[in-house]
Amino acid sequence: MDIPRHWRLQRQRYALVGEVCKKCGARLFPPRDVCPQCSQPAYEPFQFSGKGKVYSYSTLYQAPAGYEQFVPYTVALVQLDEGPLVTAQLTDVDQDEIQIGMPVEMVTRKLREEGEDGLIIYGYKFRKQPAEAA
Amino acid sequence: MRMLEESHTERGNFKPIREVGIVGYGAYVPRYRLPGTEVDRVWTDGRGGSPIKEKAVPGPDEDTATMSIEAARNALARARVNPTEIRAVWVGSESHPYAVKPTSTIVAEAIGAVPNTLAADWEFACKAGTEAFQAAMALVGSGMADYALAIGADTAQGRPGDALEYTAGAASTAFILGPAEEALATIEASCSYVTDTPDFFRRPYQHYPQHGHRFTGEPAYFKHILAAARQLLESLGADAGDYAAAVFHQPNPKFPEQAARALGFKPEQTRIGLLCPVVGNAYASSALLGLTAILDEAQPGDRVLLVSYGSGAGSDAISLRVTDKIDECRDRAPRTRAYIERRKPIDYGIYVRYRQKLHMH
Repeated sequence: MDIPRHWRLQRQRYALVGEVCKKCGARLFPPRDVCPQCSQPAYEPFQFSGKGKVYSYSTLYQAPAGYEQFVPYTVALVQLDEGPLVTAQLTDVDQDEIQIGMPVEMVTRKLREEGEDGLIIYGYKFRKQPAEAA
Repeated sequence: MRMLEESHTERGNFKPIREVGIVGYGAYVPRYRLPGTEVDRVWTDGRGGSPIKEKAVPGPDEDTATMSIEAARNALARARVNPTEIRAVWVGSESHPYAVKPTSTIVAEAIGAVPNTLAADWEFACKAGTEAFQAAMALVGSGMADYALAIGADTAQGRPGDALEYTAGAASTAFILGPAEEALATIEASCSYVTDTPDFFRRPYQHYPQHGHRFTGEPAYFKHILAAARQLLESLGADAGDYAAAVFHQPNPKFPEQAARALGFKPEQTRIGLLCPVVGNAYASSALLGLTAILDEAQPGDRVLLVSYGSGAGSDAISLRVTDKIDECRDRAPRTRAYIERRKPIDYGIYVRYRQKLHMH
């Protein structure tokens, strides 16, 4: 059981809330309180749009404990429209349609369950954007 | 006394003191579809037929909480209301992910409505969504809040081989209730009709419900749906001809068609909201999902009748009038039809895996 850790990360995981640097305007995800661009404090919360593109990806057939029920699944580096690169699982997508540069959007999904009697952990994943929106 | 006289209108219908309406609505239907022919193939060797074409099936990473979040985000996009102004997040479902721990707090956290909000889960079989809807209507109608969010969502389970397996579907719908001046559809009145009728139930720790087969029809579905609808129409001095569209709870395609006919509605009035053949029975989201599809195509001035049904048993009938705000709001989020058309058919094997019916020994 690791409840405090999951609880602390809820805000960023459920809705992709990061931070913005008031000095240089850089958008940070995950939130880290110090701007990596200009080294100034950055505490201001920032709601990301959830839109981005696949920067790179890898498909897993042997999953780590807790993720077995999703295999095969793809983990992607997603370049958010606002800049940061985020590592996340792709969902609702067929393996053969995934491409570098594919427009994706954030959805909140079940990441895993801590057994049948444990916590259900929710967080961001990305799915292919509908064609008309891309 | 003035307030009591105004709110307790004749024949038991509900009408808030302050005019209330829907300021934002959102739907969500998961991507996967199980064709009825697949259930038929596995359990009757293809000889039984299926009441519907296909039903929506949630993916392995979806549940009532995640589906509620997407519908709520769509409702927020249409309403353009700041989530911190939402003073109630109420989720009606019979498939909450936890037995103890609210789905509503997960949804409230995800959409940014915490911490100054009411949050609770509602349970009344397939009527839980409209129960939450009416409570939200009352909260806004009393002046206690300007905005309240009511959700109906389900990932319904049918026992393998049972008649329910053909239709037990999944979807979610979210409605932000607010002042009538801001509404895309105002609420004229509602009426509830409830009795103790054990047509369908699930005991604690049981995965699948029991149902009364034919007992679910006449003394259950039809009695409650027709009584709630007739009382509401009578109190409003209205009849079927006054409505552009009507939507009823949809456990199968036949029941709502029969109910509509009994009330004098024509097939063209129920066509848009009748989604059971392509989504299945979305339980707490069933009639409400039909309402979202109707709003997607409604014209200002249209009147819409919604009648839900929940086993156990009861019906909520709600009469709405669409305003001219509908035209600017509807395309701020995906239409219900777009979710229905975004489909990936799966076979029975994948269904068994996704719905965790596969036990490894």
